Amino acid sequence: MSEQQELEQLVQRDYKYGFVTDIEQEIIPPGLNEDVVRLISAKKNEPEFLLEWRLKAFRHWQTMAEPQWAHVHYPPIDYQALSYYAAPKSKEEIDANRPKSLDDVDPKLLEMYEKLGIPLHERAALAGVAVDAVFDSVSVTTTFREKLAEVGVIFCSFSEAVHSHPELIQKYLGTVVPAGDNYYAALNSAVFSDGSFVFIPKGVRCPMELSTYFRINAMNTGQFERTLIVAEEGAHVSYLEGCTAPQRDENQLHAAVVELVTLDDATIKYSTVQNWYPGDEEGRGGIYNFVTKRGDARGHRSKITWTQVEAGSAITWKYPSCILRGDDSVGEFYSVAVSNHFQQVDSGTKMIHLGKRTRSTIVSKSISAGRSQNSYRGLVHIAKSADDARNYTQCDALLIGDRNGAHTFPYIEVKNASAQIEHEATTSKISDDQIFYLKSRGISEENATNMIVNGFCKDVFNELPMEFAVEAQALLAVSLEGSVG
Amino acid sequence: MKLLDIKNLHAKIGDKPILRGINLTVNAGEVHAIMGPNGSGKSTLCQVLGGREGYEITEGTIEFEGKNLLDLSTEERAVAGLLLGFQHPVEIPGVKNIYLLKEALNAQRAAQGLDDMDTFAFMKLIRELVKTMDMDDAFLHRGVNAGFSGGEKKRNEILQMLLLQPKLALLDETDSGLDIDALKVVSDGINRLRGADRGIVLVTHYQRLLSYVEPDFVHILYKGQIIKSGDKSLALQLEAEGYQDFLEAAS
Repeated sequence: MSEQQELEQLVQRDYKYGFVTDIEQEIIPPGLNEDVVRLISAKKNEPEFLLEWRLKAFRHWQTMAEPQWAHVHYPPIDYQALSYYAAPKSKEEIDANRPKSLDDVDPKLLEMYEKLGIPLHERAALAGVAVDAVFDSVSVTTTFREKLAEVGVIFCSFSEAVHSHPELIQKYLGTVVPAGDNYYAALNSAVFSDGSFVFIPKGVRCPMELSTYFRINAMNTGQFERTLIVAEEGAHVSYLEGCTAPQRDENQLHAAVVELVTLDDATIKYSTVQNWYPGDEEGRGGIYNFVTKRGDARGHRSKITWTQVEAGSAITWKYPSCILRGDDSVGEFYSVAVSNHFQQVDSGTKMIHLGKRTRSTIVSKSISAGRSQNSYRGLVHIAKSADDARNYTQCDALLIGDRNGAHTFPYIEVKNASAQIEHEATTSKISDDQIFYLKSRGISEENATNMIVNGFCKDVFNELPMEFAVEAQALLAVSLEGSVG
Repeated sequence: MKLLDIKNLHAKIGDKPILRGINLTVNAGEVHAIMGPNGSGKSTLCQVLGGREGYEITEGTIEFEGKNLLDLSTEERAVAGLLLGFQHPVEIPGVKNIYLLKEALNAQRAAQGLDDMDTFAFMKLIRELVKTMDMDDAFLHRGVNAGFSGGEKKRNEILQMLLLQPKLALLDETDSGLDIDALKVVSDGINRLRGADRGIVLVTHYQRLLSYVEPDFVHILYKGQIIKSGDKSLALQLEAEGYQDFLEAAS
């Protein structure tokens, strides 16, 4: 998700009432039907195959019911009350509403950046300040693109890819998460606004983490984001989505889809830091984050790693999964999910072992504070074809306070007797005794809490790219501020 | 020089008075032992000095190096040089010992206006201390007290004390749950801290620790008051005769 754009929206919201204009944006009136789907496709000037694909998804969605099995509660969503398309703003329009300098930005937002240790030049970009004076994002983008193009890596917005590489889109879109996979994925398939496309050709090791680029460049992705990453034979890429900076959005419902494909010997490492607006301390507002993420380790000896730090959103419904299709393929899931106040998290993974000697590792750490509810839900499936498959699952819950809940729903299905499955689970609590002990050694209460939380999450933070591991620690500290004592 | 000066200290939990007029002065260079039957207020005194919440001080004063101790938070007391050794050190899984030791030392150094200790120097120092406590290096990379035996936890308390070199060490039943060998190691550790500029307060039930760490003063605490003070012979007398005679004489 593009934080700059979201933050622009936040900043603009404060200005909106002062500058009422008609030029703002082109929005389709609320409601969803086939005409809306056609209109979205037409506005984006999409090829016929994509329209057909959207329509098929839409028709299927209409026959589906919203899932009720997750351990989360929220009032029914009126899907006909939502608007499904807003035209991207032009640069001039955006600039007209931008704050002119950091002095015009909400001081609370800046304070948060400060706490998170976000570099000064990025703060301006994140806050939506016209950055040209501080940081020339356009030229940086160009530099990145040139560098990537040299080795044949394609990295662009989804819409752009639809036009520049329709054959790749047609070949891979929906092959990991089919249009009718689940309620939210079907909805996304019908109305997705934009997202990212990454293609790493055979034998190429992507020369940079695809992260910095993402952090400082706005793409108009909206609430139904679609990401597709393909790594051909022997290719390697590390991709980071999101950012620790707080993100607000007026769209309460977010239903993204991410598809990853690895061919023989390819590796994709996908790291997420999610910090959408979680609602206030009383549980009012906040984003509903209903995401479908799945990787298909299609080739032999290929590897997919999901690492996520989930700190935001009022409700999280998210299970980044791996289909281990190729022989000797590897799937990994490392997760820290922190919930405070009234947040609800139902997250985990699915490891579907199809190939021989496939291996998967699941390390899930949940931290519950306030009155939040935090559930791990995971499936390990060993198919009949998966000889000598192995899985190791470790599922730990840390409780802060006594008004929240941690839940674990592990599902294990084994159809092949040669499988080795290990599952470990622990639940612990930060106690007053622990805090007092650390304080009596001269460590402040805040640091004491952070030490315990970071110690608890260490196994996952170790998997994050270095600079984000540092930010993730800061993010946890901010998210849990005031939850102890 | 007075390190700790407690005057007429009264403290209660809820409506229940626990400490009822304690007077105690610890000077630099002295070792004091506080003995007394269960429920006499020994642990409460330690917790109050450590700054634990939940106790209400209703009367009296506590000065540490001439400053009002009650004005300081737990962590401020620690960095000022007061170390509380716990009777039951809590387990903190996930936080490595080495990390705690380093943070604690650096917190103290920061309070003294010093920079963090160089990692190389720190490792050298801590490895030596681990050896003197007859422990294994692997212990440094385990979670704080996590899965430790009773003896290991107490050794860890003494190790922290030797690293932090407190001006005043307040050791709450550090000898409980130790076998003879461990008692020897722990006692040696305490003796190493002894010095002209430091004070040590040992809270204990048993004379046996005091035959390794000879106290300068022994106090008997009963129903929240020190009912008798003496030299080390008082502990021996107590061991031979039991509390009963003292308590009867006191009441």
